[in-house]
Amino acid sequence: MPNLAMAPHFFLCPYVSWRRPSDRPMLVRLCESELPHVPQTSTARMELTGVTKTFGAVKALEDVDFRIAPGEVHALMGENGAGKSTLIKILTGALRCDKGEIRLDGQKVEFATPADARSHGVDAVYQEVNLIPTMSVTKNLTLGRQPQRFGLVSWKEARRRAKGRLKRLEIDIDVERPLGSFSVAVQQLIAIARALEEDTRVLVLDEPTASLDASETDLLFKIIRDLKARGMAIVFITHFIDQAYRIADRISVLRNGRLVGSDTTLNLTPVKLISLMLGRELKQAEERKTAGPVARDGGHALIALDFGRKRTLAPIDLSLQAGEVVGLSGLLGSGRTEVCNLIYGIVRPDSGTLEISGALVKAASPRASLKCGLAFCPEDRKAQGIIPELTIRENIILALQSKLGWLRQMTRADQERLADKMIDALAIVASDREQPVGQLSGGNQQKVVLARALASEPTILILDEPTRGIDVGAHAEILNLIRRLCGQGLALLVASSELDELVAVSDRIVVMRDRHKAGEIAGADMTRETVMHMIAGG
Amino acid sequence: MATTTQAPLAAQLRSRWQSLASHRAIWPILALALIFTVDGVVSPGFFSIRIVEGRLFGNLIDILYRAMPTAIVALGMAVVIGTRGVDLSVGSIIAICGAVIAWRIHAGDPHALVLLEVLGVGLVCGLWNGFLVAVLDIQPIIATLILMVSGRGIGLMINLIYGGTNPSFISPLLQLLSVGHIGLIPARLILCAALFAALWLLIRRTALGLFLESVGGNARAASIAGVDARLIKFAAYLICGWCAAWAGVVLTADTHTSDPVSEGLYIELDAILAVVIGGGSLAGGRIYLGMTLLGALVIQTLTTSILTSGLPPEYNLVVKAVVVFAVLLLQSNNLRRDIGSAFRRSTS
Amino acid sequence: MREKYLPLIATITVFVALFAIGGLLYNNFLSTLVLGDILADNAFIIIAAIGTTFVIISGGIDLSIGSMIGFVGVVIANLDPLGWHPLASAALMLAFGLGFGALQGFIIEYCDIQPFIVTLAGLFLLRGACFMVNLDSVPIRHPFVAAFADASIPLPGGGFLASSAMVMLASLAAAIVIAHFTKFGTNVYAIGGDRASAGLMGVPIRRTMVSIYALGGLYSALGGVIYAFYTSSGYPLAGTGNELNAIASVVLGGTLLTGGIGMVGGTLFGGMILGLIATLINFNGSLNGAWIMICSGALLFLFIVLQRSLVGSLRSRSTA
Repeated sequence: MPNLAMAPHFFLCPYVSWRRPSDRPMLVRLCESELPHVPQTSTARMELTGVTKTFGAVKALEDVDFRIAPGEVHALMGENGAGKSTLIKILTGALRCDKGEIRLDGQKVEFATPADARSHGVDAVYQEVNLIPTMSVTKNLTLGRQPQRFGLVSWKEARRRAKGRLKRLEIDIDVERPLGSFSVAVQQLIAIARALEEDTRVLVLDEPTASLDASETDLLFKIIRDLKARGMAIVFITHFIDQAYRIADRISVLRNGRLVGSDTTLNLTPVKLISLMLGRELKQAEERKTAGPVARDGGHALIALDFGRKRTLAPIDLSLQAGEVVGLSGLLGSGRTEVCNLIYGIVRPDSGTLEISGALVKAASPRASLKCGLAFCPEDRKAQGIIPELTIRENIILALQSKLGWLRQMTRADQERLADKMIDALAIVASDREQPVGQLSGGNQQKVVLARALASEPTILILDEPTRGIDVGAHAEILNLIRRLCGQGLALLVASSELDELVAVSDRIVVMRDRHKAGEIAGADMTRETVMHMIAGG
Repeated sequence: MATTTQAPLAAQLRSRWQSLASHRAIWPILALALIFTVDGVVSPGFFSIRIVEGRLFGNLIDILYRAMPTAIVALGMAVVIGTRGVDLSVGSIIAICGAVIAWRIHAGDPHALVLLEVLGVGLVCGLWNGFLVAVLDIQPIIATLILMVSGRGIGLMINLIYGGTNPSFISPLLQLLSVGHIGLIPARLILCAALFAALWLLIRRTALGLFLESVGGNARAASIAGVDARLIKFAAYLICGWCAAWAGVVLTADTHTSDPVSEGLYIELDAILAVVIGGGSLAGGRIYLGMTLLGALVIQTLTTSILTSGLPPEYNLVVKAVVVFAVLLLQSNNLRRDIGSAFRRSTS
Repeated sequence: MREKYLPLIATITVFVALFAIGGLLYNNFLSTLVLGDILADNAFIIIAAIGTTFVIISGGIDLSIGSMIGFVGVVIANLDPLGWHPLASAALMLAFGLGFGALQGFIIEYCDIQPFIVTLAGLFLLRGACFMVNLDSVPIRHPFVAAFADASIPLPGGGFLASSAMVMLASLAAAIVIAHFTKFGTNVYAIGGDRASAGLMGVPIRRTMVSIYALGGLYSALGGVIYAFYTSSGYPLAGTGNELNAIASVVLGGTLLTGGIGMVGGTLFGGMILGLIATLINFNGSLNGAWIMICSGALLFLFIVLQRSLVGSLRSRSTA
């Protein structure tokens, strides 16, 4: 059975030349034949009109319309920060919209809480499995709806019901074990089982396949088709284009809080879809590419040989020259972040060697890495990046100060100068440098974390999803900044899911697949298509 | 340079007021002012200070004097709370230190050495707590509970082995520090001021304060930024143990007896309250040394005011609870927001 | 065997082991007489600890337990000369405990202040109220109390199950039913396990938290009632420091202070372990009371380290 998770980019097949027609994988033909007939119903199951939601200064959603019919699978797509999760939260009652109207089966509704939405038959399953890991599967499945006998919970009946629900999804597990003892994939299926009540009318699935392998994804799609046949409306959020085309009847695209396009999967071509999602960025990125790679003459800033860690990353070879930009590409879970974490020392390697500027690195820790001239900007700014109560200035100078040690405190004047320089360079929007970082918008917080890494005067900079959550207009500025730094001799390792930006900015791209290095592409060969080809595995 | 917009005067005034109201020092200062006002009305002559036999006397002096042990402990507690931790064992550390003082004096050590030994014991206790929290990664409440439960027993044990039940001692040096005076000023005030200055220099004139607050704010992010979170947490508990040892010296020398069962009883609760009134949050993030002292003053002022007002002393705890509560509620942003919006609605 | 019972089994094992050590060290230790005594002496604190177990499982903490015990006793003792029947005073104080706990819960949830601080203020408030009612210890002279203290069921082997122990066992049974057989109980575990998820799953968090603290207050008050009946007096300093004992009992019983994991049944054995340690030390005339504190601390340390490694393995498995 071909690995469907690798399929995504094959679907752009009209734009990739095939040597022989039979080379087109069977699964693509399968996908095409699976495209469902779009039901033509005029009565919407659920209709949102003119939805607007603002958080402080940030407009998360602006005048968004969304419509889903019974028995329709509607894919909601858009890059991170486009407003998808906000829309879903409003749909399911976790948030109230500032403006706009929600109609369910023609009737106007207002959900005060998720429980309220649930009672109307609208339920959601989120990407972070929002269940209780310390409780058993039975308890998780029946929480809030336990069967009772004489006022007390009947666990025998609850177990029976739990097992029944899971059986419908073809899952057979020990329902008395704590939820946390199962893999994330199973937990997700359990979450879906919970959301499927008798009276569910609208089901929202937020990135349900992110942690599933091919067979688990097949199972999920089978379940979705069953539910569809029974008239359930399903909102399916995903960033996997192939899956959207495989299972959805309609696709809607959000960008920067606005609905930029919505059409049936038959009418919407993949190219149009990508252009809706990326917008003009596509053109800009391509323009930059023609400028050519920056000349570099430095020696090797970083050499990793046979570098890896059991169960985390298969041993890889990786090298970086001063002034070079190396991109790390691959699907979610392919090992991009793991490479960054291992090189920077957040996780200890158990094989191989790492040489920085010719010297062997022995102790793996962020402190040691900083001292060697490395700096790191992590992917998850909330958990690993910002310190919310501290001011912008304090956040920015932290890494540099760690390098200097606790005795050699930077003078206030120096701190302010450095902070101002960074605020300027990255265009951080804030009332002043003494504002607590927790009050800034997500994108600006990401910029502060980036500023911290830059401020530590590194010779090698590792960036994991540096443009995540930053408004699309600022992407270009940041990429420009990166290029300027490389002109000054900084070596850069950038892990990103934004393939076009990666291709535009990198001199070389390392492709990761399933926690090992699949290969490297450089020079004229380095196009979006060749990279995707290598990601898919050929 | 970040741009500032020219706002109309009314809006500027309102934002000034808002920033003033949310400035943490406002509430303890207001509380103090309120209590003093009530004092002035209820107990005339409350504020009088006189000099008798070369020493200052008066209610205000009394407040400062009695607040010192709690204030000293609270300084160390503020540091620990800033790292998102707490140290419940400070009372027991005081008990252990008291026992050690009696023991070493009876053993014949020069008293200056005894002082150093006691401070060393405080550091060892801090090391123990730090080990549990930083290395074994145990939640601070439960980690320090261990020493809290067993510490007084350790103190009693030391007494038994070396001195019998509640051994007493005479120590001019220690008693000078605790109950003596330098010039007109009680020595313990100077001691507290010196400790405050030392901690302030350590925290604000080195990067230690930044590291402590970053570990408290987001330990994971701090460690990615190169801060050795483990070492920093160790440092916090060491400082707290050290401060507790000083408080132990003051309290023990005051009674010149080692009484591990009741010495410093409940002082950890008062210290935590002092930190919270001073604006610190148990969720970590910021260390307000000066305001912690203010918080300790508020607590002691309350106690003394009740005593002098003629209210039966039994009312002490109840009034204390109510006032502390009021300060906390006002500090709590939720309540201020609700009251503010209610006010706006009624005036619109 | 279910892994969730592991901490409970560990606690029971330790209890049995300690009891056996006592049997080895002293004659006549392994008897129902000693067991009955431990139950009777510690019944009041175990009852309070049972209520605290709910609070801790939900991720909170309650420092006002000891003061509640004192306050309840003082009020009952002072209502006695006024002609109140002790049971009537007890009913009143149980209602008070419920209400006071609910008030604390309300302030914690709706004013967004940390439980540590709120219940700390509660500790001061109630202890101060004790002093305001009466500074001295007051005996309870109503014949009911004496009868209650005398009432007991003989156990095989010469021991007695005192009335206080019976009340404790009954309250434990009720707590077990609440924790494991009601929707409310499951909600408590849910909130402790993952508060945000519980909210998304429809658990009424605020209402449940207020009820949890109310329940804790009720049990603390019951503990105070039992203490007053058992000692036949109301002493303003009663219960001082008992909040620590209660928390230690809960931890020794296998409940995690981080919330979500634990059993009320374990608290019974945790409390008995503490009582057993005290008994073991007191049995030996020459040993000082200081040993009780040191041994309790050492045991607590061992348990905590054990729990840490257990939870650590659960966490690493789920991320695989």
